[in-house]
Amino acid sequence: MDKIAIIGVAQTRYERRKKDKTYYDLVYEMTRDALVDAGLQISDIDNVVTISNDFMDGRTISSMAVGDAAGAYDKNISTVEGDGTFGAFYGAMRVLSGFKNTLVVAHAKGSEGDNKIITNGMFDPIYQRHLGLESISSSALQANAYMDRYHISEEDIALVSVKNHANAKNNPLAQMPMSLTVDDVMRSNKIADPLKLLDCSPISDGAAAIIIAAEDQVEKAKKKPIWIKGVAHCSDNYFLGDRDLADPRALRKAAKKAYAMAGITKPMEEIDVVELYDAFTYMEPLWLEGLDFCDPGTGIELLKNGVTTMNGPLPVNPSGGVLSAHVVHVAGLARIIESVLQLRGEAGDRQVNGAKTALAHGINGPCGQSHCVWVMSNQK
Amino acid sequence: MVTERDYNRLLTLSFDTPMPYEWSVGIHGSRFFHEIKKHQRFIGIRCPECQKVYVPPRRVCAPCFKELHELVVLPNQGTIRAFSIVNYPFIDPDTGRQRPIPYTYGYIQIEGADNIFSHIINETDIEKIEVGMQVRAVFKAKTDMQGHMSDILHFEIMENPGV
Amino acid sequence: MAQRVAIVGTGQTDHKSHRPDVSQREMIQEAVMRALADCDLTIKDIDAFVIGNMDHFESINYVDTWSVEGAGAIMKPIMKVTTGGTTGSTVAIAAYYHVASGLFDKVLAIGWEKNSESDTTAAIITCSDPIWDRFSYSGAIPSLATEASAYMKQYGATQEDAARVAVRDRNNALNNPHAHLRRPITMEDVMSSPMLAYPIKLLDVCPRTDGACAVVFAAENSAKKICQKPAWVKACSVRHTYTWFGDSSDYTSGLVSLKRASQEAYEKAGIRNPAEELDVAELYLPYTYAGLKWIEDLGFCRPGEGAQFVADGHTNMDGKIPVNPSGGVISTNCIGATALLRVAESAIQIMGKGGNRQVPDVKQAIATGFGGCFWSDVMILGAAMP
Repeated sequence: MDKIAIIGVAQTRYERRKKDKTYYDLVYEMTRDALVDAGLQISDIDNVVTISNDFMDGRTISSMAVGDAAGAYDKNISTVEGDGTFGAFYGAMRVLSGFKNTLVVAHAKGSEGDNKIITNGMFDPIYQRHLGLESISSSALQANAYMDRYHISEEDIALVSVKNHANAKNNPLAQMPMSLTVDDVMRSNKIADPLKLLDCSPISDGAAAIIIAAEDQVEKAKKKPIWIKGVAHCSDNYFLGDRDLADPRALRKAAKKAYAMAGITKPMEEIDVVELYDAFTYMEPLWLEGLDFCDPGTGIELLKNGVTTMNGPLPVNPSGGVLSAHVVHVAGLARIIESVLQLRGEAGDRQVNGAKTALAHGINGPCGQSHCVWVMSNQK
Repeated sequence: MVTERDYNRLLTLSFDTPMPYEWSVGIHGSRFFHEIKKHQRFIGIRCPECQKVYVPPRRVCAPCFKELHELVVLPNQGTIRAFSIVNYPFIDPDTGRQRPIPYTYGYIQIEGADNIFSHIINETDIEKIEVGMQVRAVFKAKTDMQGHMSDILHFEIMENPGV
Repeated sequence: MAQRVAIVGTGQTDHKSHRPDVSQREMIQEAVMRALADCDLTIKDIDAFVIGNMDHFESINYVDTWSVEGAGAIMKPIMKVTTGGTTGSTVAIAAYYHVASGLFDKVLAIGWEKNSESDTTAAIITCSDPIWDRFSYSGAIPSLATEASAYMKQYGATQEDAARVAVRDRNNALNNPHAHLRRPITMEDVMSSPMLAYPIKLLDVCPRTDGACAVVFAAENSAKKICQKPAWVKACSVRHTYTWFGDSSDYTSGLVSLKRASQEAYEKAGIRNPAEELDVAELYLPYTYAGLKWIEDLGFCRPGEGAQFVADGHTNMDGKIPVNPSGGVISTNCIGATALLRVAESAIQIMGKGGNRQVPDVKQAIATGFGGCFWSDVMILGAAMP
């Protein structure tokens, strides 16, 4: 793969509701801020990829709302409707195909629609939708399958909530920084067994943008370029019953491919920090297994043994993760951005010292059906 | 070939769920509606670079990619640049009911603005409406206004334009 | 360095107004199987998928993950790209970039729509801005009608001029076994059809179709092995210029997005005189007046001359630049697939697989996509490797 790098990033503060901002406002502000971060002008951008979701926005062709705001008035533009990691991958492919600087910008406002109806919409209209399945109840199914197979308790996964909400206290942009105990999590409202309120990510408004540049453009960048070493995605089967929900095989395949591209053979040793998509607490250990950091069923041991805490050898979600701020589709892009900040040394209080290689991860579809894995480094 | 006889064994499933949304209007848009409610007047916004005036006011001038701040008061009338008389029935997704037809979809260039304002013109006779005619806005009763495009009832053709 | 990419196979369903015999996934699978058969590949050979449709038509959120059974993408990478009416061409362009990047060798682009299963007009209305445009907007037809009425006023084109476009496309469709509407029509038929939104009448405008299309893109080395005469991608360009419908209405300057996109594509492909250098054009013409106006924006003739250009027969099958041998959008419109069909049909022309609709000796073809807020996509294909 040719050498390409991320040279500009921007994120909004993540909040429950941004009443004063339209999608246009959010995308414009992120475009503007990412350009400033990269030290570029809008004329340096030769193509744009926007990321949005028609159901979230209540608007078919949701990309129509933001093309102008992303500075794409007379430029090549496209739109991916899926998690930010996938859209950013498309942006990267465009740079590899000859564009100079791709702007990738994602937005969503969870506050403006009915999330239950919106996520119910991802289930099959004929066989599943009338069951009322939506993101929380379907994830509860996966949580049960996973926890049952490996004898993981609710107290075990509560540890993820404690860690990540505490990490969020170091992230000025996070929506839910909290000091919690396992007891707090256990006593929070049961929403869909085994998931309780504090096992779930919040509803959030926000936007984010990155600029991906070709190798010969990187010298213009104001800050340290972060090189994209490996990216891959893979989708599992669709019907929940056709999948082994406790076995993230699509993630495993994507990770394997991304590691091969990046020349990584021992992920636990060679990766310094991980930002993964923990929409629910049980997902963190499950995805860590899929990412080949440990054997199946042992993901939670990594946390219990202090491996994935801020002081451990492999901090996971120093930003507070998706549990602390969940803007649908933007959250994957935020994972990439947090990784970039780590590798630049700009992560402030949440900095993992000496981080050289980072992994960012995003999911798409029900119960993490499709995964996208990014490996980045500050070494060329 | 599939015929009506097959329809008994080929089933269908209906889906009819309303999907509620609550969109933010934004800072400039909100100001536009407040001006309509308080003063029954249009405001636009000017781009410092290309000097184009947009109505309703917007945050960014897309070709210049510049943020806009200078609000401009505009007259309540303009010129028809294009129109179409809609004659076929359809369900309005905002209400779930059929929108009354025929109605005239109009593109109006408000005097002093450089872009087009889309709204309804209350003339549905093709013999009586033409591109280039002057039209003026007709507003709802102030007490009925909600901060919505429908606060402008419609545009009507001016009998003696230029007055 | 970008890989050179070619289309090596295409597949489409037999388009109909209603396909009660297949579910949506089954319909997608039909097109996928046909595309694979066209180039003698199996699903195992495909490395990645790109799929698109218009969400609110079938009301399915996350179409990419939902479709994997029908698309054949289980345990493979799949991505959803969607941009309204231009979806099909945007999907094709995304598949092109997947391969050009060097990361994937063979990529399947899929576009589909089951229009019979949705309220098309209500769904399209939701594409407009909910605060500013949705109050007056009533779908594609009236907004296109505004363009037509302004064009007629500016250049004196008549309803008869436009009707000629419908007659041409609908008669071409008789040669296309896949097309939806396959009954010949005359000028009188068009002129006497009901007026939907002045000046657009029923036969001036495209139908609603259930259909799917799949196109296989391959990197240069594979392309040469798979296909005798692959259709090489010479250039692609996209301009999705506007956010609000009112902005798109400076009718004196034509369809701006198409002008700009085609200019960029011509430059990349080294084309200076499109009407002479292109051998066939599959244009996304959702209604007849576009067939007069947009060929000016494409540079086939000068502004205001579109009606005469068509009347003189230059766009007929035996003319200088045959337009829509497949019957075009006026004969088949399954929205998510429609723009992809333009790419597929152009590729079919270059590959020489056009059967009764084949234009002889096609070396260069242009496919355009249209949709959204007067947006345009352009793709130029060639028989010679770039």
